[in-house]
Amino acid sequence: MYPELGQLALIIALLLAVLLSVVPLAGALTGRDSLQAFARPLSTGMFVFTALSFAVLTHAFMVDDFSVAYVANNSNSMLPWYYKFSAVWGGHEGSLLLWILMLAGWTLAVAVFSRKLPSVMVSQVLSVLGMICVGFFLFIVITSNPFERILPNIPADGRDLNPLLQDIGLILHPPMLYMGYVGFSVAFAFAIAALINGKLDAAWARWSRPWTTVAWSFLTIGIALGSWWAYYELGWGGWWFWDPVENASLLPWLSGTALMHSLAVTEKRGVFKSWTVLLAIVTFSLSLLGAFLVRSGVLTSVHSFAADPERGSFLLALLGITVVASLVLYAFRAPVVHVRARYDSLSREIFLLLNNVLLVAATLLVAIGTLYPLVLDYLNMGKLSIGEPFFNATFSPLAVAAGLLLGAGIFSRWKKTDGGWLARKLLWPLAVSVVATTAVMLIYGSFAPWAFAGVFAAVWITVATAWDLWDKSSSRRGRLHGLKRQSRSYYGMVSGHLGLAMVIAGATVVSNYGIERDVRMVPGDSVMVGDYQVVFKSIGDRRGANFTAEYGSFDVFLDGKHVSELHPEKRHYPVGMSVMTEADIDGGLFRDVFIAIGERITDDAWAIRLQYKPLVRWLWLGSLVMAIGGFLAISDKRYRIRAHSEAKVASAGNEEDVVGGKPAEAGT
Amino acid sequence: MHPIRKKRLTIVLFLVAGLAIAVGLTTYALRQNINLFYDPSEIAAGNVPVDVRIRAGGMVEEGSVIRDPESLKVEFRVTDFSASVPMEYVGILPDLFAEGQGIVAMGRMDASGRFIADQVLAKHDEQYMPPEVADALERASKGQHKAADAQKAAESTAY
Repeated sequence: MYPELGQLALIIALLLAVLLSVVPLAGALTGRDSLQAFARPLSTGMFVFTALSFAVLTHAFMVDDFSVAYVANNSNSMLPWYYKFSAVWGGHEGSLLLWILMLAGWTLAVAVFSRKLPSVMVSQVLSVLGMICVGFFLFIVITSNPFERILPNIPADGRDLNPLLQDIGLILHPPMLYMGYVGFSVAFAFAIAALINGKLDAAWARWSRPWTTVAWSFLTIGIALGSWWAYYELGWGGWWFWDPVENASLLPWLSGTALMHSLAVTEKRGVFKSWTVLLAIVTFSLSLLGAFLVRSGVLTSVHSFAADPERGSFLLALLGITVVASLVLYAFRAPVVHVRARYDSLSREIFLLLNNVLLVAATLLVAIGTLYPLVLDYLNMGKLSIGEPFFNATFSPLAVAAGLLLGAGIFSRWKKTDGGWLARKLLWPLAVSVVATTAVMLIYGSFAPWAFAGVFAAVWITVATAWDLWDKSSSRRGRLHGLKRQSRSYYGMVSGHLGLAMVIAGATVVSNYGIERDVRMVPGDSVMVGDYQVVFKSIGDRRGANFTAEYGSFDVFLDGKHVSELHPEKRHYPVGMSVMTEADIDGGLFRDVFIAIGERITDDAWAIRLQYKPLVRWLWLGSLVMAIGGFLAISDKRYRIRAHSEAKVASAGNEEDVVGGKPAEAGT
Repeated sequence: MHPIRKKRLTIVLFLVAGLAIAVGLTTYALRQNINLFYDPSEIAAGNVPVDVRIRAGGMVEEGSVIRDPESLKVEFRVTDFSASVPMEYVGILPDLFAEGQGIVAMGRMDASGRFIADQVLAKHDEQYMPPEVADALERASKGQHKAADAQKAAESTAY
């Protein structure tokens, strides 16, 4: 009975979405307040019914209702309750429902937190979000009903959740990632509304900035969680594989990062408007592209769901309609926008423009590397693959260049920066960075050009950021007062950039100085990985809730001192007949020691993978620091004050002072 | 020149420069890093360049897996049921590697016609068949190798 209610709730939500996409927009275009007033109730209703539907599906998992096909395929009565809960989004239908729940959630959030925006704008934004919702509701109702029943032959038990997904990483990774993906639809909706209005002004940029930043922060956390999960759960210690599905999440992240920076320029200086709008459209389209790649079955990876051509064509149509419609609108409306602000050829505007060029170039590279094989295959021109070397060779120089640029850009001023002044300003940070990077090379004991470049970029960003903070916080009333005076959005920027430096440092060091050894070991053997001595003590059997495992015991020593005892496992899940390698890791801030069991070679000999991973945690910690930066930035009070008293309010913080008065808000 | 036009020109130049860098890097890197896929019949027919990094795949032949008891070396044969290729790999095989399982390997052909793999992929689902392998099996059963070979040869000369 319940599952049908869930289905019904979904259909009601679909109908509300249809109304939402039409009524407030009509109200905005005809200037009728009575129609615009429907925007918020419809958004709320849509969210409530979607949440109801999600709750029904969760309930079906909790009570093991195997008459529901999706539950039977993705759960099992032996599963612990928390995995039953996360199994709700362990397959295509449920994860799509989660996606839609978040889309409705973002819509509701816009409705709630935009009370101070002009009613016309809110109506248009919510209507655009309603249109996106209609697309996804139709998708789930037509092609991917999560409530489909298996009647009358109800299976006695479920086929179990893929053991790879039975993990805390999976409980968190998809919701975070979807929050990001879906969140960009808000930036998109703001952009489209502004195009419809023809009012692409600084106010528009300020409204969509916090939404973009929040979405970006969630996406950052989601990607980092996925990487972390792959690191310990896929068993072999890699943290980024340039797998097409990983790339699908990196694409909107890269263009979203460009969008965030471009929005900053648009808000502060009133320039780059058309470009910013285009980026908002591109970023959302890339999110849709990601959904298409993962859900259409064109890719095969851990992430891809069972292939169904109908789903693929539906999503491709959705993507096509979005891209074509928004670009047509863009083509007609964007040229209306005029620019009056002036800036010099050496200025913060130019640095941010270069940042955008690099990020867009990186987006293009990743897109080409990901899509090229797919397109060739589709055209029947042969099967080929583009592997890690391609991405490493092309992406790394861009990342390093962006890092170097960032360090210099921090000191630059809006409008006009004096070249000689900037060069003198950069001299000391440069010297400090060279010395510090050399010290890092000495610590790790070997020099490689790329290692130097990467570490230098990271150190350079850190030194420049700290230097700038030091400059800005000088105050006659003491350093502490100076630090307090900085705005939250400035600290957000500092945190975001320091996080990036951590990620670059982690990626460079672990790729260049990590050690990986595959060895044959029998109990009693001892092997060195870097400075660490690993002793294979024994291997035995262990029984878990829904698996049996071979359970290894290893001692790790450093300079003769016992560091830790590790227990990697090889698990056998009887229900799905699958085998899983559970690595065990001695984690630390500066290094991980990683042990995984491979196959049995003879009766007592095993293949063992041992790894020493310096700074690997910095990848994920850095991502977290970046995301915290995003959340800090949006908690800045100016987003609250400015919402009602336009522009003129002087906000705290030097970032504003540099602008020198009110940003030139170009007329339309 | 009018300052606004000048500004636009700088922006456009920057964008063009960025695009040029991206395209340049991409073509350069693509040239070195494209790995074509070959099936066992093509390899057995001798259509595969020696010492070029390629991908090869098929089903692991039943009873062909030989493990060296003293090291991590594994030898096995991969088949599309019309021809088979000997492969050699040193390292840890994925969990789902098994006889009768579809796999894809990266590596190079040596002069003696053995495939020296540096990476072996078997996917995460025991019902899953790599699409290349599925195609190869289908081609083998239909005996369409001639056409496919000609096509492959044309492609490999293109890069």
